[in-house]
Amino acid sequence: MGVPTVSLDLSGARPAVSLRGDWTLSGLEGRLDALRAEMSAPGVCSTAHWDLVQVDRMDTLGATVLWRVWGDRLPEGLIAGARTRRMLDTVAVLGARSRSGQPHRSWLEPVAAIGRTSISFVRQAISLLAMVGQIALDLGHALRRPQDAPLREVSANLFKTGVTALPITALLGFLIGIVLSYLSALQLKIFGADVFIINILGIGIVRELGPMLVAVLVAGRSGSAMTAQLGVMRVTEEIDALVTMGVPRSLRLVLPKVVALLCAMPLLVLWTSAAALFGGMVAASFQLDIGYGFFLDTLPRVVPIANLYIGLTKGVAFGLVIALVACHFGLAVLPNTESLSANTTKSVVSAITCVILVDAAFAIATRQIGMPGG
Amino acid sequence: MSDPVIDIRGLVTKFGTNVVHQDIDLAVPRGEVLALVGGSGSGKTTLLRQVIGLLRPDAGSIRLFGQPLFSGDALADRQLRRRFGVLFQHGALFSALNVLENIAFPLRELRWLDRDAISDLVMVKLAMVELEPRHAWLMPAELSGGMVKRVALARALSLEPELLLLDEPTAGLDPDRSAAFVELIRGLREQLGLTVVLVTHDLDTLAALATRVAVLGDQRILAFGPLDHVMNVDHPFIRSFFCAERMQRVFARGRS
Repeated sequence: MGVPTVSLDLSGARPAVSLRGDWTLSGLEGRLDALRAEMSAPGVCSTAHWDLVQVDRMDTLGATVLWRVWGDRLPEGLIAGARTRRMLDTVAVLGARSRSGQPHRSWLEPVAAIGRTSISFVRQAISLLAMVGQIALDLGHALRRPQDAPLREVSANLFKTGVTALPITALLGFLIGIVLSYLSALQLKIFGADVFIINILGIGIVRELGPMLVAVLVAGRSGSAMTAQLGVMRVTEEIDALVTMGVPRSLRLVLPKVVALLCAMPLLVLWTSAAALFGGMVAASFQLDIGYGFFLDTLPRVVPIANLYIGLTKGVAFGLVIALVACHFGLAVLPNTESLSANTTKSVVSAITCVILVDAAFAIATRQIGMPGG
Repeated sequence: MSDPVIDIRGLVTKFGTNVVHQDIDLAVPRGEVLALVGGSGSGKTTLLRQVIGLLRPDAGSIRLFGQPLFSGDALADRQLRRRFGVLFQHGALFSALNVLENIAFPLRELRWLDRDAISDLVMVKLAMVELEPRHAWLMPAELSGGMVKRVALARALSLEPELLLLDEPTAGLDPDRSAAFVELIRGLREQLGLTVVLVTHDLDTLAALATRVAVLGDQRILAFGPLDHVMNVDHPFIRSFFCAERMQRVFARGRS
C-alpha cells in the first residue's frame, strides 16, 4: 500500500504538484491535515500543474479533499488516470461549499418552541379527554353486550398489575413503615408522647403514604409496561391488524388495562398500608416498647374509619390516572425507537405528576373529614 | 489472480439437532457478484450472517481478504470489519438519527475525520445513491421503502468497502424501483470495483446482477458457477427455481 505524498516542483514557470500513493480512507488516516496544509501552501493552489498519474488508488475521501483544496473546481491542465478522473467527476456533484444545506434556525425558535409545547399540551389534554369518553362508551357497550366484554384481558391485566406486584409493594411498605416509625419515635420520646406513634403511623400511612407509595410504584412498574406494550404493538402494526379484524382497540386494549388497574389499586393500597403498619408496629415495639396487642387495639380508636375510605378512594383515582396516562402515551408512539423511549419516559413522569396533583386535590377536598377530634 | 475475497472452508452450522450447513466450501474471487439462492430455510441468510461475523459457524473457517474474522486481536478485527459494508434487508437505519447522521455514523466512529470532510463525504454518497441533498435532514420514519434502501446502501458504502454484502436488496420494492435499485448497484460496482455478495429470491435481480450463482440446498452447495451453467444442473430444486418459463420471461424482459 502506497503512502499518499505530495511533491512540489517550483522550478518551472508554473509550479508543478504531483501526487502519489493511496489517496483512500485507510491511506489518509492520520496524514490528512499535513497533506492538506502542504497542498494549500501559498503559490500552489489552483494555479499549479497537477499531476495525478502516479496516484495508485483514490476514493471519495481523497477526491473530496482535493476538490476542496482546488477551490471547488478541477484545475486547468490536470493530468490523471481514467479511474482517478472518474472519481473526481463523482465528487463534482458537491459543487461549491455551501453551509446552507441545513434548514435555517430562526432566532424566534425559542418562542416557537414554547408555542409548540403549549399546543402539544392542549392536544394531549384533548386526546386524553377523548380517551375517557371512549372508555365510558366502551364500558356502556360491554355492559349492554356482556359477550363482548374483554373479561379474559381484564383478568390477565389484574394478574400482571396486581398479583405480581404483591411482594414488592409489601416489602417497600414494610420498610417505609419501619423508617417512619423509627424517625417519629425519636421525636416523640423527647416529649414523652410515645403513644402518639399510633396516631402518626395510622393517619400518615392509611390516608396518605400507602396510596402514594403504591401509585409511584405502579406508575413505574405497570404504567411503563403498558406504554411500552402498546407502543411496540403500534410499531409492529399489531394494533392496525386488530382494528382490521374488527376488534376495537380501545375496547380490547385500553379498557381492560383501565378496569384492571381500577380494581387492583385499592387492593394494593390496602395490602401495602397493612404491610407498612406492620413494619411500624414492629419498630414501635422495639423502640418504644409498645406491645402489638396495645397497638392493634388503639389503632381503630385513634384513626377514624373515614381515613381508610379516603385512602381506598385515592387508590381508585390513582389507578384510573395511571392507566389513562399510560395508554394515552402508548398509543401516541410513532414507529421508531426514539419515540418509544420518549413516550415511556413521558408516561411515567406524567403519571406520577398527575397522581400528585390528584392527591393535592384530595387533600383539599377532604380536609374536614376523618381527623380525630375534628 | 489474487486471493479470493471470501474463502469459506468446511463450514458446518447446526441449530440444535437441525443441520443447516454440512461441509460447505465456497470462494468468491475479487470483482465478482455472487448471488446466493436457495429455498426458504436453506440457510442463505445464516451463511451471510456468518460471513459478516454476526454468527459463528460450528466448524470450519471463514476468511475475508485472507484474514480470519475472529483473530482474537480486537484492533485487527475492527480493521477487517471496516473493509466490508452490509445492506440489511430492512435497511436497519438508526431510527433516532436523521439520514445525514446515519451515513456519517461510521465515519464519525473513525474519530479522525473532521466535520467538513464528513459532511462532504455524506453529500457525495447521497449523490451516488441518487438522493437529493435535502433528503439528508429527513428521519428514517419519513422515508419510503426505496429511499430507506438507498440510504442504507449509502451507509454501507460510507467506509469505502471493497466488499458489499446485500441481504434481499430488492425485497419489498415494486418492480420499477427494484429495477432502478439493481441498476444503481450495478453502476456503483463498476465505478468502485466492488465485490458483491447478495442473497435474493428475485430472478430479475439475479439475472441483472450476478456473475456467479451459488445454490444452497440439502445442507450444501448444489451448484456454483455462472448463471447459465447453474441453470442446467439437474436437481429438483434448481429445476423448479429456474423453471424454464420463468427464466425465459426474465431473459425476454432483459432483452426488451
